[in-house]
Amino acid sequence: MSVTTVERAASVEPPARSQPSYLTSGNTIASWLLTRDHKRIALLFLASITFYFFIGGIAATLMRLNLATPQGLLQPAVYNRMFTMHGIIMVWFFLIPSIPTTFGNFFVPLMIGARDLAFPRVNLASWYVFNLSGLVVLYALIMGGADTGWTFYTPLSTVYANGYVFAAAMAVFINGFSSIMTSLNFIVTIHRMRAPGMTWMRLPLFVWAIYAVSIVMLTATPVLAMDTFLLAVERFIGVGLFDPNHGGDPLLWQHMFWFYSHPAVYIMILPAMGVVSELIPCFARRPIFGYSGMTIALMSLAILSFFVWAHHMFVAGISIYAGIVFSLMTFFVAVPSAIKVFNWTVSLHKGSIVFDAPMLYALGFVLLFTVGGVTGLMLATLAVDVDLHGTYFVIAHFHYIMVGATVSAFFGALHYWWPKITGRLYPEMWARFAAILTYVGFNLTFFPQFILGYLGMARRSYTYPAVWQSWNLLSSAGASILAVAYVLPLLYLGWSLFRGLKATANPWGATGLEWTISSPPPKHNFERTPVVVTEPYCYDPERHTFVTQEGVLHDE
Amino acid sequence: MDHWIPFWPDTAAVNAVVVNNLYIAELGLAGVIMATVIGMMLTFCIRYWRGSPASRANRVQKTWHFEIAWTVATLAAFLVLFVWGAQVYVWLFEPPPADEEDYVVAKQWMWKIEHPGGQREIDALHVPVDKTIKLVMASEDVIHSFFVPAFRIKHDVVPGTLEVIWFKADKTGVFRLECTQYCGLQHATMTGQVDVLTGADYARWLTDQGVHNSLVQQGEAVFRAHGCSGCHDQNSTVHAPSLVGLYGTLVHLQDGSVQLADEAYIRDCILNPRSFTVAGYPPIMPDFSGQISEGDVFELIAYIKSLKGAQEPDK
Ligand code: HEC
Ligand SMILES: [Cu+2]
Ligand SMILES: [Cu+2]
Repeated sequence: MSVTTVERAASVEPPARSQPSYLTSGNTIASWLLTRDHKRIALLFLASITFYFFIGGIAATLMRLNLATPQGLLQPAVYNRMFTMHGIIMVWFFLIPSIPTTFGNFFVPLMIGARDLAFPRVNLASWYVFNLSGLVVLYALIMGGADTGWTFYTPLSTVYANGYVFAAAMAVFINGFSSIMTSLNFIVTIHRMRAPGMTWMRLPLFVWAIYAVSIVMLTATPVLAMDTFLLAVERFIGVGLFDPNHGGDPLLWQHMFWFYSHPAVYIMILPAMGVVSELIPCFARRPIFGYSGMTIALMSLAILSFFVWAHHMFVAGISIYAGIVFSLMTFFVAVPSAIKVFNWTVSLHKGSIVFDAPMLYALGFVLLFTVGGVTGLMLATLAVDVDLHGTYFVIAHFHYIMVGATVSAFFGALHYWWPKITGRLYPEMWARFAAILTYVGFNLTFFPQFILGYLGMARRSYTYPAVWQSWNLLSSAGASILAVAYVLPLLYLGWSLFRGLKATANPWGATGLEWTISSPPPKHNFERTPVVVTEPYCYDPERHTFVTQEGVLHDE
Repeated sequence: MDHWIPFWPDTAAVNAVVVNNLYIAELGLAGVIMATVIGMMLTFCIRYWRGSPASRANRVQKTWHFEIAWTVATLAAFLVLFVWGAQVYVWLFEPPPADEEDYVVAKQWMWKIEHPGGQREIDALHVPVDKTIKLVMASEDVIHSFFVPAFRIKHDVVPGTLEVIWFKADKTGVFRLECTQYCGLQHATMTGQVDVLTGADYARWLTDQGVHNSLVQQGEAVFRAHGCSGCHDQNSTVHAPSLVGLYGTLVHLQDGSVQLADEAYIRDCILNPRSFTVAGYPPIMPDFSGQISEGDVFELIAYIKSLKGAQEPDK
């Protein structure tokens, strides 16, 4: 690596604090609710999505409780509403905003050496729009919920379902504008506001991932707005768009919906990949393996994600030839994912690995993502998908990606950046315990579902034949462990806010610009605009040193 | 396969054997990939944890050799799977000549089945073993999906059109039939069973149903009752195409396109005639949607398919 100006640091400590941190400057409620500081807005988002994560989680808990026995506990109508609301809330109110609106919001400006995002007011507006959509979805939920599944398949959703489908669809519609605002903000910020010397090939991979995901969000989300709008038109006015009795085409909905929702899968996973690409080099104390390969893989995932949507429709009655083309594209999209997995793994080679909680989450991510990936290959294979489509195999597959991988990365990021965000250290032993518990609970919950899927258990079923109970029971037991593993961080992180040790500026000895300022960061981030002289991840496992992106050499 | 803990579904059709082999091959590949990743991760974690004295000198600097290597390797493996999967898919979804054709109507929340002999059943399908069975499927309301895990066959049943699927059971027994597309409140109980019987048992079952009119005969009655014959009979004065020998031919439409006269086409002629016109005829064919149910359409289709006169249709 080429380090042009390497100056040895006098001390790892930051310069004496000259201004109050972003947390302490201004303590009124208005100073939070009207803030234009990206860091505060990130925390507002964190509060909102945590709330929805637990609402969606409660729905999931009820579902697993119901499925512990074939007879079940819930009324069929209640169960159907639970999985619908679980899907809608987890997808649009947790997973899609999760990493971008919180860690993206907080750290993209810090990592590229900017004072804020390009449009701070738009950023705040995005949070209000998000909460507006959140209120609508809560309204739908409290009034009785929708019962269509999160995919709103027509003509069930437009003609036959009688829940609060309109409200749920409108929540999704409004929510999309929040995504659009946030992604636009990131794209402009990353293009225009990088510090001197922060060239594209010196961007931390997390920033690359947020950039890639923003492009996908910005281009795909307007389609979702069209979809939900047309859904509402047919449901209310009865114009025959999707209803065959009025000359519509039910498959048109699926094409339009998946044209958004397949890229949405990448909206959920790309930021997680970015997080893990930060964590692994930092805790393996060596540069990431194949930086440019990683950026190419990210961008090709973003682009290819638009050309695979009909792999959700292999048995829906699309032409055989369309099926073949979309299967081929799906295999292509798996290639960059495979490259990333290998690069992360080889990034451990000749490192000097420490197993702190963020690293445990990151390693968990790689393993769970790989399981999700190889089962994705099986689903991409046309003939096998004919058998597996619509079964629990699919459920297990996408939970491995979206929960196993993304939520692990989310927790990894939370722990990694917690000292920076709050200025406090979390209790490491508890955190490691929670990370391992997550991994165990997750596999217990979802691995049995692969087996159930191949046995033929259909998804979205409130009951099943008694012979399948053992696997369902195991899955429900695992879910209770997983629930504990997800609540635990809430407790010890909450505790650390008050009792945790004070964090130094750079407790992990990491190279990013965000670690060159005090913890928690001052209100305006950088006193003077940093000048970047080197690529990210200049860790040296041989000499136990590292060089920050500003070119300052530190001993560990 | 009633183990206390089931691991593997029954494999009871030729379709199932073929899909099963592919599935096992993919499990194998998945295993190899997982083992590689876990193996590398464990090795590196143990060898290079912080406290280990292993040398860190001479780290790989040029990474692209490796990246190209595993890109090519994965791409090659993926292409094999792709071709294999696509081949089987085409075979699964292009029905061979059938020994028996049954008709399936899906509606919230039941499967109604009609046999060519006119026998009907609900949430059950009796078929003979070792015979190629073709199913023609329609939905009266929302999208359902016809799935028999033991046969590894599945197809959505989309309202507004007909779907075709086939299988050849090679074991007798009772197998689960289910709906895998969420279709409303009782989706979970939209299940049934496929009874695969020996040829003799199946013949006995058919006669035990005590049905006198075959599907074709019932179709003929519908054909007369709805006045189709008034226009389409040989000696009708109305200028309408003869339906004799129509099934399986290529029909030239007014807009210049050519359509294969399969089941879905005939259904469209009856329930959606406004969307196209046969070349050379006035667009006077009435729209029967709302008057003729999907079940009656099946009878009409069976009847029209049976019209195999020596005379070719005049088009
Ligand atoms: C008023 C006369 C009339 C009646 C009644 C009528 N049809 Fe037709 N049908 C036509 C005409 C004319 C065409 C060709 C023009 C077109 O496609 O609209 C046609 C076309 C068709 C075709 C397509 C033939 C081809 O060569 O492709 C089918 C199948 C068909 N009718 C079936 C039926 C059935 C079944 C009924 C009764 C339920 C019925 N028709 C009742 C006049 C009629
Ligand atoms: Cu997809
Ligand atoms: Cu169903």
